[in-house]
Amino acid sequence: MAEHHTKIPWHRNPKVRSIFFQVALLAATVWVAATILGNTVENLEERGIRTGLGFMGGAAPFNVGFSPFIEYKLGESTYTDVFIIGVLNTMLVSVLGIVAATVLGFFIGVLRLSPNWLMAKIASAYIEIFRNVPLLLQIMFWNFAVFLPILPAPRQSWGLGATAFLNNRGLYLPSPIVESAAGVWLMVAAIAATIVGIIILRRWAHRRQNRTGQPFPVLRVALAAVVVVPVLAYFAGGQPFTLDFPFLDTFNFEGGMRIPTPLFALWFALTTYTASFIAEAVRGGILSVSHGQTEAAYALGLNRKRTLDLVIIPQAMRVIIPPTISQYLNLTKNSSLAVAIAYEELVNLWAGIALNQTGQALIIIAMTIAVYETLSLGTSAFLNWYNARRQLVER
Amino acid sequence: MNAAFTHKPAPDRPPPRISVGAVGWMRDNLFSSWMNTALTIVAVYILITLIPPFVQWALLDANWGGRDRSICDANKDGACWTFIKVRFLQIMFGLYYGANPDQVWRPVLAFALLIALAIPLFVESFPYKRYVSIGLLVVFPFVGYGLIHGQWFGLPVAETSQWGGFMLTFVLASVGIVCALPIGILLALGRRSNMPLVRTLSVSYIEFWRGTPLITILFMASVMLPLFFPAEVDFDKVARAMIGIALFQSAYTAEAIRGGLQAMPRGQFEGADAMGLKYWQSMRLIILPQALKISIPGIVNSFIELFKDTSLVAIIGLLDLLNMAQTASRSIEWKGYDIEAYLFAALLFWICCYGMSRYSQALERKLDTGHKH
Amino acid sequence: MNIVKSMAAAAALSVAAVGANAATLDDVKEKGFVQCGVDGGLPGFSAPDDSGQMRGIDADVCYAVAAAVFGDSSKAKFTPLTAKERFTALSSGEIDVLSRNTTHTLHRDSALGINFTYYNYIDGQGFMVKKNLGVTSAKELDGAAVCVQQGTTTELNLADFFRANGMEFTPVGYDTSVQTREGFDGGSCDVLTSDKSQLAAIRTELKDPDGAAILPETISKEPLGPVVRQGDDQWFNIVKWVLYALINADEMGITSANVDEMKDSGNPAIARIMGTEGEMGKDIGLSADWAYNAIKQVGNYDEIYQRNVAPLGLAREGSVNALWTEGGVLYAPPVR
Repeated sequence: MAEHHTKIPWHRNPKVRSIFFQVALLAATVWVAATILGNTVENLEERGIRTGLGFMGGAAPFNVGFSPFIEYKLGESTYTDVFIIGVLNTMLVSVLGIVAATVLGFFIGVLRLSPNWLMAKIASAYIEIFRNVPLLLQIMFWNFAVFLPILPAPRQSWGLGATAFLNNRGLYLPSPIVESAAGVWLMVAAIAATIVGIIILRRWAHRRQNRTGQPFPVLRVALAAVVVVPVLAYFAGGQPFTLDFPFLDTFNFEGGMRIPTPLFALWFALTTYTASFIAEAVRGGILSVSHGQTEAAYALGLNRKRTLDLVIIPQAMRVIIPPTISQYLNLTKNSSLAVAIAYEELVNLWAGIALNQTGQALIIIAMTIAVYETLSLGTSAFLNWYNARRQLVER
Repeated sequence: MNAAFTHKPAPDRPPPRISVGAVGWMRDNLFSSWMNTALTIVAVYILITLIPPFVQWALLDANWGGRDRSICDANKDGACWTFIKVRFLQIMFGLYYGANPDQVWRPVLAFALLIALAIPLFVESFPYKRYVSIGLLVVFPFVGYGLIHGQWFGLPVAETSQWGGFMLTFVLASVGIVCALPIGILLALGRRSNMPLVRTLSVSYIEFWRGTPLITILFMASVMLPLFFPAEVDFDKVARAMIGIALFQSAYTAEAIRGGLQAMPRGQFEGADAMGLKYWQSMRLIILPQALKISIPGIVNSFIELFKDTSLVAIIGLLDLLNMAQTASRSIEWKGYDIEAYLFAALLFWICCYGMSRYSQALERKLDTGHKH
Repeated sequence: MNIVKSMAAAAALSVAAVGANAATLDDVKEKGFVQCGVDGGLPGFSAPDDSGQMRGIDADVCYAVAAAVFGDSSKAKFTPLTAKERFTALSSGEIDVLSRNTTHTLHRDSALGINFTYYNYIDGQGFMVKKNLGVTSAKELDGAAVCVQQGTTTELNLADFFRANGMEFTPVGYDTSVQTREGFDGGSCDVLTSDKSQLAAIRTELKDPDGAAILPETISKEPLGPVVRQGDDQWFNIVKWVLYALINADEMGITSANVDEMKDSGNPAIARIMGTEGEMGKDIGLSADWAYNAIKQVGNYDEIYQRNVAPLGLAREGSVNALWTEGGVLYAPPVR
């Protein structure tokens, strides 16, 4: 038997073929990459364009309007600062948008399944309208056709006493000024201790409920602690900071902090748009929980709200979270449409203004892509981790 | 034997009036609890504040007549649809066809051909799908290009830089999806390949394009693409945008198809292997026909996203539907009527995207039957 | 270059198409039209009219070049370009002439591989404010929010001006001139800065044009004109001299209406422009009646100006764009 076994010719051996194929593919990839690189170098030389990171240290010749985290000083701040401001502003609007879109999306998604026919229809109309119109159009519409015309000019601002003002430049709020660093650290320490305390409390309550069946109102206690502790710490630390109130100068409000209108419009548009997708994910998740679960919960005597809280939502979350997180990533990428309404995030500030003024297209676009790729890989890694953790153990 | 014992139930009494008909329906669906009633009141309030003023402005008080802005300027309370009427051809077909109304039959014919070729593919019992799809994917692009661009059949040339409006949006999205499909199939297969290098390259490609916003890719296509090619090779703007869109879309298509491949039962792969089919044979004959069918809803969904995203080409200066409508609303003749332009563009986008999403949902439901556990 | 060809080129990575450095005139003659890069959305300079025809002073330069080369002004085709793309489009050979309100600066002349021919409009940057702010001078703008179009020299001049005067400002930067206008009109800023010609155009497009005023200061020099690639002197001369011819015609009173009578003029300077005397056309590689065609079909500089820019509310009389004989700076060398 063994003697008659025909040997597979080497070119039919799947292993050899696989290696050959991969080597060929690698060669092709390298060839394409090398050709592109070669062409680029040649073209750059021919057109007399010098590429390099040298410009990053030079002072940027233009002004940046919104930089809440680091101070921008015209004539002194460098292109590196501009890049950092762009990244920070992208992250700011993304975080704001993610929080708001999650809340609104869950709300609409649950409303979509509401027993109230009219509300369910309104929720469904909301979803179908917002997700079927291009986001760019919506951003322009909100900014140019809604917020700017409706909000008053600075001198006619809508004010809340002398503390907060709203006008077409944005929302002005008081900002804290640090008086004693030690006091601030005391507050930070107090807040950190509160958070740790809440986590311990939650574990304890969970164990107690498992043991005795007695629930403990963790959420209420935690909320109270979050409000009370910082206030106590503020006075205990000898009032370590005071508030800087905005006031009207010749043209605009000075002092305090400002949430500019474009940020607000972008935030609004990203939230309403992304919420329509999250709502669909929520609906899908809730519907994916088999009806038997609801009936079983009712049979155990749970009411509608507790059934939702204790039975449906925890199971639905497994289905809801992965698409929702990819929506978070989409929202972050979509924040780049700020270019249309003058919010100074990464693409607008860096791949727009800085690229135009330096002409360093290659480096600048590569850096921009690198930032988004990092965010995207981070999100993917988190998703994989989450999926692995939450994978149902199938019986 | 005794008829007297035959049980003859009295006819049911009708249910109380209050639980049938409109009243009953309302009790069940709108006022079943005080919470529900409150929701209904809020909902009615929302509808009343939004809808009547909008209808008043957009329909009842709107201006439809005339050929210039004087009629709209005289009645500022209503929408100015005269503007859309006068610029209709430009907004739909771009600058060239807006300026040459006698040539408009060309894009219209191309579009009609496309529809005529596409419809049979969606009819279950149609026998010649293979030939029609070859016609659609291989022959039609040339015919369509010849019609819209001209030059080939002795038609006057419509430069790509003069293309625009809804037509350009449609062309960009269609070319994007048609180019993305084959690349996407290869990438999806590559991602599930046994060869580590193939897998790595496919994953890197897919994740790279999916990780970056389309607008950055379009910047790259418009500013950097000329640098990547020898100096003699030169692309026009529309072609550059198409390349960017096709590369971007192929990653999303690949993910949609991967979903289909993953949903295939293991037995299909094993069965194909057991029959002694080679890799490409089993893919072509067994796996892909089934996997592609399951992934159609996913592909349609990613096409909807692409269709909306083509509006970003406005940022690199192409006159797509959004940008053309905007450009028209900023002209000296019609400045100030931009809300009408936004709304008209939004309505067109909405009709297309909503229609496609309904189609994909219906398909999903249809394909879903029998797979429910 | 058509798409099918482009795609084939993409696939093969190396299919030769249009030679970027070849003689542009031959290239233009071969393809049968002049490809012109414009803004495409700037009324008075280049914007499509109701019928989709590109109109404006920048567009007319292209019509004139087409008339001079082909004897037919309709042989001009337009590519709308953003500020970002314009120079790449020119150096890659996508367009033959860039006529997109582009400011002539040393950096652009020396580092981008392009040449400025002459100026079809001389501009300067200024400020427009809402009248109710009560501002009468740009020196009073400390603390203002300023709407500005990104990626332009405008943005840099703005920063320089405020720094030089020790003032602070909040920039509100938009990608296109229309968004900038919308932003100012909507109130996202107190001041709009741009070239003064654009300020005038933008002012007429505001909801309340009378509520806005243009401040007297001019903070920069913005000579705008058509641009060609470096390294093709013949094409450079053609574009430059078509522009000169239009200005000379203005100076000599040759208009599109009287150009046929002028053909028989006894004045030798006019006869040289008309091509009835000398071999001027041959010298720059065109037919003898190159300037006649341009003037006949497009009009002289004044006609172009009055047709496109004057309706924006920018009178030519007494401005820097008047002829040198009338107090302006437009001065074309003699055709001889």
